Amino acid sequence: MSDDLTLTSVTKTFGSFTAVDDLDLTVPQGSFFALLGPSGCGKTTTLRMVAGLEEPSAGTITLGERDITRLKPYRRPVNTVFQSYALFPHLTIEQNVAFGLHRQGRKKVDAEVARMLELVELGGMGGRRPAQLSGGQQQRVALARALINEPDVLLLDEPLGALDLKLRRQMQIELKRIQVEVGLTFVHVTHDQEEAMTMADTVAVMNQGRIEQMGAPEDLYEAPATTFVANFLGQSNLVPGKVVRGDAEVLELDVEGTRLTADVARARVRDGAVWVGVRPEKVYLSHAGEEAGDDDNRLHDGIVSDVSFVGVSTQYLVRMPWGQELTVFEQNTGSRDRFRPDDKVDLHWRADHTFLLDASQDATAGVDRVGE
Amino acid sequence: MSAATQLPPAPVAAAPAADVGEGAGRRGWTGYLLLLPGALWLTLFFIVPTVSLVSTSLYDPSGSLATGYSMTGHWQNYTQAISDYSPQILRSFVYALIATVACVLLGFPLAYAIAFKAGRWKNLMLVAVVAPFFTSFLVRTLAWQYILGDNEALVSLLRKVHVLGADGYLLDTPFAVVTGLTYNFLPFMVLPLYASLEKLDPRLLEAGADLYASPVAVFRRVTLPLAMPGLVAGTLLTFIPASGDFINSELLGNPRTRMVGNEIQDLFAAGDYPTASSLSITLMAAIVVLVLLYVRRAGTEELL
Repeated sequence: MSDDLTLTSVTKTFGSFTAVDDLDLTVPQGSFFALLGPSGCGKTTTLRMVAGLEEPSAGTITLGERDITRLKPYRRPVNTVFQSYALFPHLTIEQNVAFGLHRQGRKKVDAEVARMLELVELGGMGGRRPAQLSGGQQQRVALARALINEPDVLLLDEPLGALDLKLRRQMQIELKRIQVEVGLTFVHVTHDQEEAMTMADTVAVMNQGRIEQMGAPEDLYEAPATTFVANFLGQSNLVPGKVVRGDAEVLELDVEGTRLTADVARARVRDGAVWVGVRPEKVYLSHAGEEAGDDDNRLHDGIVSDVSFVGVSTQYLVRMPWGQELTVFEQNTGSRDRFRPDDKVDLHWRADHTFLLDASQDATAGVDRVGE
Repeated sequence: MSAATQLPPAPVAAAPAADVGEGAGRRGWTGYLLLLPGALWLTLFFIVPTVSLVSTSLYDPSGSLATGYSMTGHWQNYTQAISDYSPQILRSFVYALIATVACVLLGFPLAYAIAFKAGRWKNLMLVAVVAPFFTSFLVRTLAWQYILGDNEALVSLLRKVHVLGADGYLLDTPFAVVTGLTYNFLPFMVLPLYASLEKLDPRLLEAGADLYASPVAVFRRVTLPLAMPGLVAGTLLTFIPASGDFINSELLGNPRTRMVGNEIQDLFAAGDYPTASSLSITLMAAIVVLVLLYVRRAGTEELL
């Protein structure tokens, strides 16, 4: 029997504010699941409901066959790694880690605690107090304190938020390693899209209390379902267009007088007005009129308005004849000179890298990423 | 210095060293100057009176204010005081202990509620805790004479519901004295407890619940240990002054509820300075011993 975590029509309201709105979610047992979204999107509230720290206003939460919706937090086989770590300052590291086992009535836990501290590479630190450890070490204590209970589900509430970038990258790899090693279900809440994509098997993008899209990181990135996902997960160029003709596989589009094509597989709408989307790193720049590559889609006569060198790549802003600015990333392979501002350029990309979104959605949704 | 000499360019190394020395000197003087008012105050109002009290406690008890006292190192004052007044000393500690326990039982839920549940009423509730200090200690204790009086509402009610007998009473009983002590020292319990609980991160309580601790276990394992500094401070601020109090016994008690404070007061009033002093010193020493034992037991030595 599988012990999938399932949320069915879960709603949580605080007064007149709806934090989580009719949410359906299934987290398969043993998976690394990420809930990704901006601050205030309801992801932390969702996590707290799974932990039992908040009670849903409506809906049910089940773990396998068991309904845990109204179960007290201390009766749930679920543990949390808190954003602030919430280590007990009056207890030593060992006592912190042993806390959950002791509360479950276990007496001889020294060996297990030592083994767990080894796993998070804190062997020999057991006698210290939380205040004597660095942020990264405290984070690992919080992880050990939750993991030692071998919960059915481990919840991680932005556990890396307080760490600096380098340490965060290191901890991401470590967390992923530990998850594979112990094989528990991890539900990770974060607003950092890179973190979600590098660690999780499945990512659910949340916005305003709802799930916008759920799937493998590659699928979400390559074929976003909404403008919010297109903008929040990475960056996107969204150009207004119209479907003029289509068959079962390919759609023909009109974008400001230019003919483009797109695969039906990545089209969320198949007729009428659409947002024609393409990721900035999929676009290849060439001097205007120059014959380059055999990419099917080409937009002519852009003017480079801004060039920023970011080391691994160069980011261009290109002003199109209809006034819109599009973004293009180019790897700094060094095989050709960089373009300069005011250069006239054409933009090329492959037809199957084009995605089509509902034109009624806000093209700037999710652009203003909070907390970044 | 050894670090400075290891640096290759000697002149450069010497300059900062000199700087540090000068700065440290100035800081040193400032420190002593800042200490001066407090040190003078303590000398004048604590050390001198204590020395005077100790020496008075050793005077020959046959003297009087009129004829003067002679210093004879008469340590029998102490044995006399202890053998004459040990019931009152013991009673003082029992009353103070009961009042302190009552203050904990009343004060902890109150401080907890103010810290975690009061929301926007927090400040108002804190003011309400402190408000009694706007009236004098004496007047407030006199008010309790009225509240506990034989013909007042409380006693009538308790008689009606048969908690008290038909001619039962509250005033002039040990109960009244302990009630007065509890009432008067409650704020000294609530405020330090509140200060401790207010600092407690509510996420620690959530973490406890998340780690399989029932509400009772969370209280025992997380809330209580973290509130310990406030609890110890509160019990000291309650127990110590309550042990030496004489107003509550004077106004709310009877001759059989006399505490050591009443005896000291009467001895001074009667002009028996040597016995009064030795009794005071005995009380002080006993309190110091009790407090040391207590603080060591509570594991909060850093408070001392």
